[in-house]
Amino acid sequence: MKKKGHPLLGIHSALMMIFIYVPIVLVMVYSFNNTRLSGDWKGFTLDWYVSLLKDRHVMEALMNSLVIAVVSTIAATLLGTISALSMRDIARKWRGPLNGVLYMPVIIPDIIMGLSLLVLFSQLQIPLGKSTVMIAHITFSMSYVYVVVNARLAGMGRQLEEAAQDLGATYWQTFRHVTLPQITPGIISGALIAFTLSLDDFMVSFFVAGPSSTTLPIYIYGQVKRGISPEINALCTLLILVSITLILLAQYVLNRGKGQKKHKMLPF
Amino acid sequence: MNKSKWFFTPVLIWLGLFLIVPMLIVVAMSFMQRDTLGNVVYSFSWEGYKTFWDSLYLGIYWDTIVLSITTTVICLVVSYPLAYYLANSSPRVQNWGLILITIPFWINFLIRTYAWVLLLRTQGVVNSLLIHFGWIDEPLQMLYTKGAVLLGMVYNFVPFMVLPLYVAIEQIDRRLLDAASDLGASRWKAFWHIALPQSKAGIMTGSVLVFVSTAGMFVVTDILGGSKSSMISNIIQAQFLGARNWPFGSALSVIFVLTSLILIVLFSRVMKSRSDRTREGGNA
Repeated sequence: MKKKGHPLLGIHSALMMIFIYVPIVLVMVYSFNNTRLSGDWKGFTLDWYVSLLKDRHVMEALMNSLVIAVVSTIAATLLGTISALSMRDIARKWRGPLNGVLYMPVIIPDIIMGLSLLVLFSQLQIPLGKSTVMIAHITFSMSYVYVVVNARLAGMGRQLEEAAQDLGATYWQTFRHVTLPQITPGIISGALIAFTLSLDDFMVSFFVAGPSSTTLPIYIYGQVKRGISPEINALCTLLILVSITLILLAQYVLNRGKGQKKHKMLPF
Repeated sequence: MNKSKWFFTPVLIWLGLFLIVPMLIVVAMSFMQRDTLGNVVYSFSWEGYKTFWDSLYLGIYWDTIVLSITTTVICLVVSYPLAYYLANSSPRVQNWGLILITIPFWINFLIRTYAWVLLLRTQGVVNSLLIHFGWIDEPLQMLYTKGAVLLGMVYNFVPFMVLPLYVAIEQIDRRLLDAASDLGASRWKAFWHIALPQSKAGIMTGSVLVFVSTAGMFVVTDILGGSKSSMISNIIQAQFLGARNWPFGSALSVIFVLTSLILIVLFSRVMKSRSDRTREGGNA
């Protein structure tokens, strides 16, 4: 039935994968290279990782990033989940526009979101700091949580909830024992995505972070503008590994219990 | 059961306050001006938009559009065969291919851009290899060129193009292709008249994603282009974080968003009219 693909297609695809991965792998390899300046391989070392741990600025940025990521993840997960749940009870004619608003943070270019929040904070005379970064992260992360939880809700239908209510369960009992267990994988997966987005965000944070709230990506940007350094390779490697682990975990949680196939990939 | 809809209120308040209101303020601010100290003066003015007509900014604006379109076209050309190959592969290859394409989404673009500094700098990997093999004697200046910026953009946004293309190509009705070949159409004909038109939604989505993302990505020009090249987003960023001319920055932002919207609408018009023609051609 199916014709075999043209061999050139296969070769092209393999080359594309090499193109995509060589630079990333290179950063990782160089983070173990025992030389500060040269581009050649001078042997394996963990020195750069050790010096990261000793660097006060890196540790400060890491702490800022973690605090911001934890707080914004909790808030974004709550808001995103509430949006998905309550959207089902909203009159059909309102769902379109409300959906549009919820998708906006995904669509609007980061730079516009960053600068418009900067303008807002300055108009309200809110000093820039961790809290302003958190607000920004909550705003874009909740949309992603909404998308994931919404997909989960759409897939489950309402029959079980209706059955529970017919059997005399109250609204909260139904929510607690029927709805929540079914959407929990969506919520966890959404939270993991929110955490990763927050940890990785540069563009929006760049506009709304104050001098005391430098996050890891902002720190990396500052260093990268000055040129290359082996510590930055090490830091980038760590960030890459953490992000990928979190996202694969999110994917795993979402797929488990869901009869494989369908939505293998992330909502993008 | 119906009471749960009121839980949407906090969400609406949050998005109103931190999404809608800020953007409205930016639009309002674009019609104001600043005093000599950089403070915003709250009176109506076209100053921000007038400044844009300076030939310097118009040139950068034009460069931004050209760079974004070039990036989009290159991404489309290199991604389509990859997406096509994936959609045509065994489920196992598809799974792995999709995972490999999705992973870069979750690697910070700062890092992905920085990786090219390692490759392209004077003592970088590419120059070392070229010298090692004796193809060049002197290292080439590759970093801080327009080519480096274009490469960085394409590299960052190829996954944005591959995924929507894959989704569209995967959904192509294979029976039509079988029918075409049964009726004696060549592979190229079947591709041109059936596969390509049916993957148009993916081309559309991917192109819009890549175009808008490229235009807004000041970091790539910053890191790979050095001080030589800048885009409208570099200027916007500088107005807000350096030069403190917020009304001008706001005006540029409004122009940036409007240009993107207009180009998206134009593009979807073109795609639509093409599909109508194909359909008419099919009926004739």
